[in-house]
Amino acid sequence: MTAPQIEIQLIASAVAVSCALPGCFLILRRMAMMSDAISHSILVGIAVGFFLIRDLASPLLVLSAALTGVLTVSLVELLTRTKRVREDAAIGLIFPALFSIGVILISRYAGDVHLDVDAVLLGELAFAPFNRLVVLGVDIGPKGLYLMAGILLLNLLFILAFYKELKLATFDAGLAGALGFSPVAIHYGLMTIVSITAVGAFDAVGSVLVVALMIAPPATAYLITDRLSSLLAASSLIGVICAVSGYWVAHALDVSIAGSMASMTGVFFVATFLAAPDRGLVSIVLRRARQRVEFAQTMLLVHLYNHEGLPGVERENHMDHLGEHLRWEPDFAGRIVGAAERKGSISRDGALLLLTERGRETARQAMVM
Amino acid sequence: MTGPRGMAGAESAIRVEDLTVAYGEKPVLWDVDMAVPPGVLMAVIGPNGAGKTTLIKAIMGLVRPVAGYVSIFGKPYLSQRRLVGYVPQRNSVDWDFPTSVLDVVMMGRYGVLGWFGRPGRAERKAAMEALTKVGMADLAGRQISQLSGGQQQRVFLARALVQDARVYLMDEPFQGVDATTERAIVTLLKEMRSEGKTVLVVHHDLQTVPEYFDWVTLLNVRCVASGPVEKAFIDRNLRLTYGGRVSYLTHHAAEETFGHPEE
Repeated sequence: MTAPQIEIQLIASAVAVSCALPGCFLILRRMAMMSDAISHSILVGIAVGFFLIRDLASPLLVLSAALTGVLTVSLVELLTRTKRVREDAAIGLIFPALFSIGVILISRYAGDVHLDVDAVLLGELAFAPFNRLVVLGVDIGPKGLYLMAGILLLNLLFILAFYKELKLATFDAGLAGALGFSPVAIHYGLMTIVSITAVGAFDAVGSVLVVALMIAPPATAYLITDRLSSLLAASSLIGVICAVSGYWVAHALDVSIAGSMASMTGVFFVATFLAAPDRGLVSIVLRRARQRVEFAQTMLLVHLYNHEGLPGVERENHMDHLGEHLRWEPDFAGRIVGAAERKGSISRDGALLLLTERGRETARQAMVM
Repeated sequence: MTGPRGMAGAESAIRVEDLTVAYGEKPVLWDVDMAVPPGVLMAVIGPNGAGKTTLIKAIMGLVRPVAGYVSIFGKPYLSQRRLVGYVPQRNSVDWDFPTSVLDVVMMGRYGVLGWFGRPGRAERKAAMEALTKVGMADLAGRQISQLSGGQQQRVFLARALVQDARVYLMDEPFQGVDATTERAIVTLLKEMRSEGKTVLVVHHDLQTVPEYFDWVTLLNVRCVASGPVEKAFIDRNLRLTYGGRVSYLTHHAAEETFGHPEE
């Protein structure tokens, strides 16, 4: 691997983890679409900040853009509180308004710099290694890496410091308020973090794909974890895997790195959705099939038990009678009888089915329940 | 009814004065006055939309009143937070949240821990004790999405117990629980009262009011009556609260059911 390749993957991984951490709280708070709103409307802040500061990687620019993100959240809430507009519609009204102002500002006044609409939508990671941070004449690495590492550190500190408060306010805002942990303060704290992260990630992957990195890794991890701490850890790991694998797919196919990374988040989500242990689609289908066979076996044993030693047992407990009595297709009946026989619950005397002691016990237990 | 325990004068555990709360222009609570003495089990009853949940939330400052004043043992809620335990409606939270039973119960200690404080061994121990009290110790490590309705309610009660408060506000703890859990909760409430705790419970089943509670507040936006059950829980007040549809006391069996949760 060349140095720029390593640098790009490092930046991509830092973006992915920075996005995944607050993203976990967004999906738990059912606010996934707020990431979409914030990641778009920060464009105004970036545009205005850029005219004032003239440097795309300046921390001050991050600040001005983050403020726009928080402004978006406030405006959405203000509009929702009038009760004339629902929250989803309010989001749909506010962020395109701010985003379009940003687009107009950029197209009118910044047509000749790196800040253009393509970059806004898609970002360009491939160029990140060219923008170096030089301190006292020494090149110490790409600026983007330092910016993202700083944001990652900030997110980690925020979540570590307020882990308990975030958990409580997300699970039960009422109790959080009653205990004196202002849910409003926690909400805006989180929204500030989301905004700052969106600004940083925006330069690398563009505003559209920020959403993919904030939502898909946590949504994927949610399928396979059942503790908040493991959700955070698993989302971060999945984010890094998506970032690195996305980079190499882009490298192999010669396509956009950001697009490829976002595609990988989708691939991993679908794969997990299908193949997750316990909660994945495949294991649910397999479990249902297994349960069906087990239940059918129990039915068979109970049927045999009820007729055992009674007159007519030769007819009732006859292989051919199962279709009539239990409404089983001959194929299915054969499978179930075979399975019960292998388990040692029944034995066969020609076509007559006999319970073993073990089968009798299972039948008795099934009936007690 | 138990009197104030060793306190000078009859200081109320909860005192609500002239409380008015409005959502928009519509008043939800209108000039409510109420004084709950320490050491009583009080039911708050009233039809849907009577403002029962709002009353609890206003006592804890979770909704801002238009007018009025609330005090806990003579001081505003803000300075008495530690003395108040809260059991919200069971369906007010997301039970698919990725966490364990023990972890939810430990949340009751967060108020004492304050900002930045970390739950540790002491909190774990308190939570286990509370879970034992509500008969849920075996399920401490379970993911909360696997709990039944009754078990969820027990978890919430255990969480309130670890708050180790003197005043408890419970929003419909009997809603959607089975008979076993209902009995267990009643036993727990009476135990709390014998320890001198004051418990205010939003309740829906009129028939069990005299059996479970010793004080009652009848609420329908206005406070119709508030006092000991034998004085306040009378036909006239019930009729004023529920609008003439109720014939509880004359027939001693409510024909209509009122067991619908508030929205």
